[in-house]
Amino acid sequence: MYSDDRRYTKEHEWVKVDGDRARVGITDYAQNQLGDVVYLELPEVGRVLKAGETFGTVESVKAVSELFAPVSGEVLEVNSALVGNPEAINTDPHGNGWMIVVRPSDPGSVGGLLDARAYQALVEGAK
Amino acid sequence: MEAAPGTLRRTPLAALHREMGAKMVPFAGWEMPVEYSGLIGEHLAVRKAAGLFDVSHMGEIEVAGPGALAFLQRVTSNDVAKLAEGQAQYSALPLPNGAPVDDVVVLRRGAERYLIVANAGNIDKDYRHLLDQDGREVEVKNRSDEFALIALQGPRAPEILQPLTTADLSALRRYHFADGTVDGHPAIVSRTGYTGEDGFELFVAPDAAPALWKKLVETGGPRGLLPAGLGARDTLRLEARMCLYGMDMDETTTLIEAGLGWIVSLDPGKGDFPGRGVLEAQKKGGPPRKLVGFEVLGRGIARHGHPVLVHHQPAGAVTSGTYAPFVQKNIGLCYLPAAHAAVGTEFEIDVRGRPVPARVVPTPFYKRAQ
Repeated sequence: MYSDDRRYTKEHEWVKVDGDRARVGITDYAQNQLGDVVYLELPEVGRVLKAGETFGTVESVKAVSELFAPVSGEVLEVNSALVGNPEAINTDPHGNGWMIVVRPSDPGSVGGLLDARAYQALVEGAK
Repeated sequence: MEAAPGTLRRTPLAALHREMGAKMVPFAGWEMPVEYSGLIGEHLAVRKAAGLFDVSHMGEIEVAGPGALAFLQRVTSNDVAKLAEGQAQYSALPLPNGAPVDDVVVLRRGAERYLIVANAGNIDKDYRHLLDQDGREVEVKNRSDEFALIALQGPRAPEILQPLTTADLSALRRYHFADGTVDGHPAIVSRTGYTGEDGFELFVAPDAAPALWKKLVETGGPRGLLPAGLGARDTLRLEARMCLYGMDMDETTTLIEAGLGWIVSLDPGKGDFPGRGVLEAQKKGGPPRKLVGFEVLGRGIARHGHPVLVHHQPAGAVTSGTYAPFVQKNIGLCYLPAAHAAVGTEFEIDVRGRPVPARVVPTPFYKRAQ
C-alpha cells in the first residue's frame, strides 16, 4: 500500500522529492499507532536541520512522539495550517498531513532511505 | 492465579477484542484494549450515547461473616454502617500515614457479606493487606477470577440495558446494585462507573462475558454505543476528576491531600481506623498540599511526571494530564502547596524543557446535566 513516489524512514516518516525540495510527513502506520492527533509542534522556516535531529513533536491524546529529520537541510516551508488542524495527520497522512519542506544539503541523501517495499516489510515485521 | 513474570494476563474478552480490531496494550500486568475505533470518538460516544468497556482486570475480594461490618469499619475510610443491602460505596483502604493502599468500591451483598472492588494493579497487595489485619469471625477471599466486569456507560445505557435485564433499572439508584440476569446470564447489575456518566457495571461469570459483550454491542450499536478502550476510560475519568491510583494518589499522598475527604468518615460510630488521626487533623486544619485541577493556558499538553513550577521554583509534578476530548482543553491534576492551590492561581508546567502557563480551575472539568 506504500507508494513508490517517495522514500521512508525507520522512524516512520516519508520524504517526497520534487526538484530540490523534499516534503516530509509521518506514515499511515505512524498515525495509526499514535491514534487521534491533537497537538503538533513544527520548526521555524529557515532552520537548518541535521539528519536524525528532532524537528518537532506530534501528540495524540495518549502518546507523545518526536519528529526526526530524515535528511539534513534547510526548512523551506512549514505546514502551519496543520498546526491548527492536526487531525489531517490521521485522515490524510501522506497528503494534507505533510509537515515541512526541506532543501536537502546533499541531494543524494534521500536515495539512501527505505523504498516502499523495504518500508512495507518493516511495518509488517512490527505487527 | 498469578501469571509468570513477563507474561500478560488476559481477560475472558481478550480474544474477542482482538477479533473486533481493538488495539491491545499492556496495562497493570494485563493485556487490555486501549482503543477500538478511535479514542476521541469513543470518549464522545460515552458522553452523548454509550460506551462499552472491559474492566475485567479489576479485582473482587469478598469479606463475609459475623464480624464483616466491624472488620470493614476498621480497614476502610468511609462509614460502612451507612450501607444498606444492595448499596455500594466509594472508599479507601488507608495506611497509618493517611494514604491509601488502594481506592475501592464496597458493595454490601448481604447482612454479613461484602464485595470489595479493587484496582487491577493492587489486587494482590489489597488481599495481603486485608489478610494481615486482625479479622476474627470474618472470611476474606480473593474472588477476582470468578468475575468478568463489563462497564456500560453513558446517557443511553439504561435504555440499552433494560430490555436485556431482569433488574428494574428505573428503581435502581446511583451507587446501588441488584442481582438479576442480563441476557439470561446471572449478573450483579451495579449503577456505578468511572466516566462521570450514568451507567452500569455488570459482574458476570467469565464464560458468559463474550456472549454478553456481543449482545450489548448489537443492542447498543443502533443507539450510538461504541466499544471503548482504556484510553477513553482514562480521559473520561479525568474530565470527571476521578483519581487514578498510582498516578494521582499512592501510599505517600493522604486522602485529604487527594481531595477525598468526602470518603473519610469521622463519625463517632465509625470507630478507629489506620490514619484516622492524620486525616482528622488535615480535614480540620487543612493539608500541606492539595491535588488541584488545572487548565493549560499556553500551547502544550501536560503529562504525568512533568515538573510543576510555582514562582519558577520546582513544586511537584503533574499526576495526570491530557487533551480532554469533550471539554476540548488541555487539562490535568497536580499537587500544589496549599498556599498556592486556590482556584485562579497561575503557575507553570515544564513541558519537555519549555515552561507553559497553567491555572487552577474548579473541578470536575465536566459535570453531566442531571
